[in-house]
Amino acid sequence: MERRLARPRIEAMEWRQRKTTKPWSEKLIEGIIRLCGMSCIFLIFAILLFISKEAYPFLVGKFEASEFFFSKSWNPSSVANVHYGILALIAGTLAVTFLSMLIAVPLGLASAFYISEFCSPRAREIYKVLVEFLAAIPSVVWGFIAIMMINPMIISTFKVPIGLNVLNASLILALMSIPLIVSVGEDALRAVPETYREAAEALGATRWEIATRVLLPAAKNGLMAAALLGVGRALGETMAVLMATGHSVQIPKSIFDPARTLTATIAAELGESPKGGEHYQVLFAIGLVLFLISFAVNVTADYLIRGKRRKR
Amino acid sequence: MKFFFSLILLALAGCSKSNHKIIQNKGSDTIVNLAQAWAEEYKKVKPEVGIAVSGGGSGTGISALINGTVDIANSSRPMKAEEKAEAQKNNGKQINEVIVGLDALAVFTHPSNPLKDLSIEELACIYGQGGTCEKWSDVRGTVVPGCEGNKIIRVSRQSNSGTYQYFREVVVGEKADFKEGSMDLNGSRESIDLVEKTPCAIGYSGMGYLTRGVTALCISKAKDAPCVSPSLETATNKTYPISRELYMYTAGDPSPEVKAYMEWIKTDQARDITIKSGYVPVPR
Repeated sequence: MERRLARPRIEAMEWRQRKTTKPWSEKLIEGIIRLCGMSCIFLIFAILLFISKEAYPFLVGKFEASEFFFSKSWNPSSVANVHYGILALIAGTLAVTFLSMLIAVPLGLASAFYISEFCSPRAREIYKVLVEFLAAIPSVVWGFIAIMMINPMIISTFKVPIGLNVLNASLILALMSIPLIVSVGEDALRAVPETYREAAEALGATRWEIATRVLLPAAKNGLMAAALLGVGRALGETMAVLMATGHSVQIPKSIFDPARTLTATIAAELGESPKGGEHYQVLFAIGLVLFLISFAVNVTADYLIRGKRRKR
Repeated sequence: MKFFFSLILLALAGCSKSNHKIIQNKGSDTIVNLAQAWAEEYKKVKPEVGIAVSGGGSGTGISALINGTVDIANSSRPMKAEEKAEAQKNNGKQINEVIVGLDALAVFTHPSNPLKDLSIEELACIYGQGGTCEKWSDVRGTVVPGCEGNKIIRVSRQSNSGTYQYFREVVVGEKADFKEGSMDLNGSRESIDLVEKTPCAIGYSGMGYLTRGVTALCISKAKDAPCVSPSLETATNKTYPISRELYMYTAGDPSPEVKAYMEWIKTDQARDITIKSGYVPVPR
């Protein structure tokens, strides 16, 4: 108890001493780092402001929540019947993200455990390089794989008319987010102090017991963060899902139905919609919806992690 | 790919002599292959002039021309009167129009599909809103081997591509809409790739994109009329029902380099490339 109280005081004194003799170069670097940290916050607000500004005329003008959120008809370039309903797009985004995470999170975390705990140091280096290589494949290439390889495979395996669908996109997205989940998850496991493992081993725990009963609870927050980064990756991907979902406006009723996502719609249509036109504004409104979705995901996750921490 | 090509051209321009001229050329994705082939050949004719070609769509090219950021805009549709007026208003320049070639929109299916011809009405029944053709059996009782449920998978394009708009105009009707639930792919290449691998599918694209992996259908104007296959001859003599003009636009009094290039496009050398790239030269 004594030591615990005494220590911070000494540290604080040292710190004060150091502060008075701090050279100007350190101040400069500190300033730069602070600026970098703040620029992140600034950028987030700038992006939000920019998206809102572009979407604003639509939101205060023709916007009708019931049409925008609950109509499944998206037909921006029609001559007679223009519809901006994003229900089908939201359904597509959620379906694809959910299914891809169902595949990627267990696989990604399992391989993080394997790489970090179960394989030999040499194999680990090889696996890490391979997994990182997977992350380096550009998304158009994934889209091409979706059309040329996975599409015919799904058609012949499941006897369905079309292989560009929710399942295809989920597989592609899972493959794309696994590298991220693996490397972040592996870092989280490595960050668990070696003494934990030694203590567990001393108590006679097997490797499996160490992994599930010691490392899993200890690295829980980091593993959760890994899964969430995967969700973010899946939610935000454009080009690959554009090609793999089939980009078809409909609410998918099964995993073999084509779908369309919010991001792919923006990617496909923003380039050619006249700047400042209604279609353009609606696409920015979709951007705002996406922003809110990812914000909600992050806040929920933060709450979950912190809620658990408080309990402990 | 297109983007890299223009980047390379820009990089080349940066390190060569100062009198090197760059012509900015942008627009329709339908023309981009042809424009690139021309640009490459033109380098042999006039090595000192570089042409930076990029796609993005007819609308993109035209708005870039209106904003004055490109020298030549490629378009697979004629420029609208209001667009011309806007260009005039923006920089006081008259728009010059040149028809650089013809393009026939081919309709294609998977090779295992026994159907070899379709009429425009049948296409409207398949693609148009309110059309009742959902299964291949609705089209003259066709049965497609390898196609589960005999279901028609409609492959279309993203709603602001020039190809999409032209197809809608000719097949579905100018004021009408496509049936919802089609696969709205992001390029002609992707459409062909998908149909090549999908027995149930039908798609459309510029004739220049056709490959051996798909069957190009013979198209008739009406149910009992004779059908016409897309080819150089049928597009030139305008018997093929879905063919259109391709345009290049310049603004005001273009620089001598641009003028020389626009003249060169009309030569036999350029026309040969048009044919080789799968398009149709303008009839003389």
